Amino acid sequence: MEIVCPAGTPASLRAAVKAGAHTVYCGFADETNARNFPGLNFDRTEMREGIAFAHKHGAKVLIAINTFPRAGAEAIWHAAISDAASSGADAVILADLGLLDYAAQNHPELRRHLSVQAAAANADMINFYASTFGVKRVVLPRVLSVPEIAAINAETEVETEVFVFGGLCVMAEGRCSLSSYATGKSPNMNGVCSPPSHVDYREDAGVLEARLGGYLIHSAAKGEAAPYPTLCKGAFTAGGKSGYLFEDPVSLNAEQLIPQLHKAGVTALKIEGRQRSASYVAQVVQNFRAAVDALAEGRPMPAGMLAQLSEGQAGTTGAYRKIWR
Amino acid sequence: MKLTVGPNQFFWKADDWSAFYDDLAQAPVDHVSLGEVVCSKRLPFFQDRIPDAISALQAAGKTVALTSLALVTLKRERKMTAELAEMGVEVEVNDLTALAHLPDGMAFSVGPLVNVYNESTLRWLAGRGATRICLPPELPLESIATLAVAAREAGADVEVWGFGRVPLAISGRCYHARLHARPKDNCQFACEDDPDGLPVLTRDGQPFLAMNGVQTLSDSHACMALQAGALAQAGVTSLRLSPQTGDFGRVCTLFRGLLDGRLAGADVVAALHADNEEMRLSDGFVRGARGADWSGAVPA
Amino acid sequence: MQPRPLAITMTPALLAFALRPLPLPPLSIALTALTRSVAKRHPSLFRRLGSYATASFVLDPTDLPFVICLFPDATRPRVTLHRTAQQGDTRIAGPLAALLGLVHGAFDGDALFFSRDLVIEGNTEAALALRNAIDDAELDIGAELQALSGPFAGLLRRATAVAQARTGVCLTRPDNGGYT
Repeated sequence: MEIVCPAGTPASLRAAVKAGAHTVYCGFADETNARNFPGLNFDRTEMREGIAFAHKHGAKVLIAINTFPRAGAEAIWHAAISDAASSGADAVILADLGLLDYAAQNHPELRRHLSVQAAAANADMINFYASTFGVKRVVLPRVLSVPEIAAINAETEVETEVFVFGGLCVMAEGRCSLSSYATGKSPNMNGVCSPPSHVDYREDAGVLEARLGGYLIHSAAKGEAAPYPTLCKGAFTAGGKSGYLFEDPVSLNAEQLIPQLHKAGVTALKIEGRQRSASYVAQVVQNFRAAVDALAEGRPMPAGMLAQLSEGQAGTTGAYRKIWR
Repeated sequence: MKLTVGPNQFFWKADDWSAFYDDLAQAPVDHVSLGEVVCSKRLPFFQDRIPDAISALQAAGKTVALTSLALVTLKRERKMTAELAEMGVEVEVNDLTALAHLPDGMAFSVGPLVNVYNESTLRWLAGRGATRICLPPELPLESIATLAVAAREAGADVEVWGFGRVPLAISGRCYHARLHARPKDNCQFACEDDPDGLPVLTRDGQPFLAMNGVQTLSDSHACMALQAGALAQAGVTSLRLSPQTGDFGRVCTLFRGLLDGRLAGADVVAALHADNEEMRLSDGFVRGARGADWSGAVPA
Repeated sequence: MQPRPLAITMTPALLAFALRPLPLPPLSIALTALTRSVAKRHPSLFRRLGSYATASFVLDPTDLPFVICLFPDATRPRVTLHRTAQQGDTRIAGPLAALLGLVHGAFDGDALFFSRDLVIEGNTEAALALRNAIDDAELDIGAELQALSGPFAGLLRRATAVAQARTGVCLTRPDNGGYT
């Protein structure tokens, strides 16, 4: 199986490739990609150099242009598509209907993947994107169980890629405005969720309070882990009950499900984390590469090694097991 | 400008559902989209009431559309969605799965849960047969204005979320079931107890969101009463009002009065607050720093 | 990568005590010279900071008796040391070993933050921009010291050699590129 690894910076790209990534995904340093954080991403020169480095080492590079172009400013996204093509990218990852149409019309030779931001959660929709825009691979939304993924693969020729490690969206991606409701910045429009520019930490008597846009999202007592205040992983109160009403501050770790995902017909395993450090990326990539190599050689999966890298130090298999719902 | 009433987002008892649409037939609105948009498990409880509601609304001179689900994953949901095209009623696409089943060129509406953020997407949908497009609620006025121009050129109507709790997210997970520690497949319809959604507060007591099964809504009610003029000027052709309990006919009448120039925006706001002083309003997505902001707020 | 559980060396109290009477102005000038040398050798680091290149960062090694103020301004970066708490756009506090481990890619910033070994106050976005920019630069403070010439190079090299020997805090980037 193919391991698809995050690279927020050229250093991470090199680290991922050296650690055994088959494929790296990254984005331009602007609002065209869904990890538009300060200090991250690639300018045009860095992208060309990064792709050359990866190709020299036998790895592929996918460029995520997966926000929804702003009305009146589509030229920024069109330029990103053209530059991806001329830099030698192996594919672009797109979510917007208009942008998919633009890419299919103007750069038909550039391979198109459907971003998780398009939330294509069933075979009908996936086949629609394939027949209409020539999409070759779909990144499945994190709302599906393994049997549902198998059912999708049975009904489509489109390759499927699934998230196996890292941050976990509880909501269908590309369909969520929680962040812009609280901060004015959204994944769809600005490429950021729960942006750091609107985060306020305050420590008082050992209690660390994290607010987003003024809303209290999380408070950690002395000695407790302090998750980043991502909206959907906050602690709230409803119906007289308090707690993590949407999702616990956990991150996805489907390492042990790799054999089942393989059996379900999945082509590629995706690791989240373009905002994490090069050293983190390298370690996660090494682990997953070892796991798929073991699978290919018929050896058992190595035991879980990645717990300490996870948010809140706890992992979940997310929607892959149906009970999550 | 015209008034549209969107599909009820909540789970109501079938009799309440029917009574709502009986009343709505008398309300001064132009277009009604109905059906189940949030959770396919709710539909069996009221689907036999849908034909009568459609007849009553059409008899009262309103145009009617049937909505698709917002997130289609299960086999029976795909079947349901495929069958929508054969109902003989206009379809409101709220998930592109529905579009996959519509014959090319058949006229349809696009609901607020489809991502129409730019002219290319709007034109592409209009080319496929979209004649009415309700924009995503998070769009700012500048984008709305640009899209309204593109819509006029493409011959489509453009609609904006005008009143009601804003749909902010949809998930595979049911939060009502999670709150009651039940698996989704045995949810026992926990969401039925909250006909306007269950308020979600921050731990220090600030109202923030509302829970509605697999959907998450805003605590505040979006209200375009103070933006109607700007939206009309931008070329928006209709406002969407979202069903809720209470005297919804009065909400429709207030907005009709506003669009006809008989009521000022401030009058509508005052009347809404007179009916429900607890209700928080917002119009920040259209014109504010963030969605939760309210342009009518008195500066502290 | 950090072992489990997270083991971050704390600078011994004795060394912290020994550093107390150290005259800060010469160290400030020396560190400014070092930062300017880094800026010249890694221009992309400052480019990555974007609009935060003009921000002020307070770096607080909580086990040392002083705080470091960094003004990264691309043309004339400046570093000053202070014995009292300082105001800046953002404050990043943690044991010296954690701060250096971040620079050397031996620790992941998010992981340090989740475990509360690192505390961020003020402008969180600025702190993240600095973290991301430094991570990409793959700095080796040892190599940067070697590259530094001029009047302060000797002083800094001697001071850091002593500090490294006394604390066990590593001042060079691990050979394996920061990960194991």
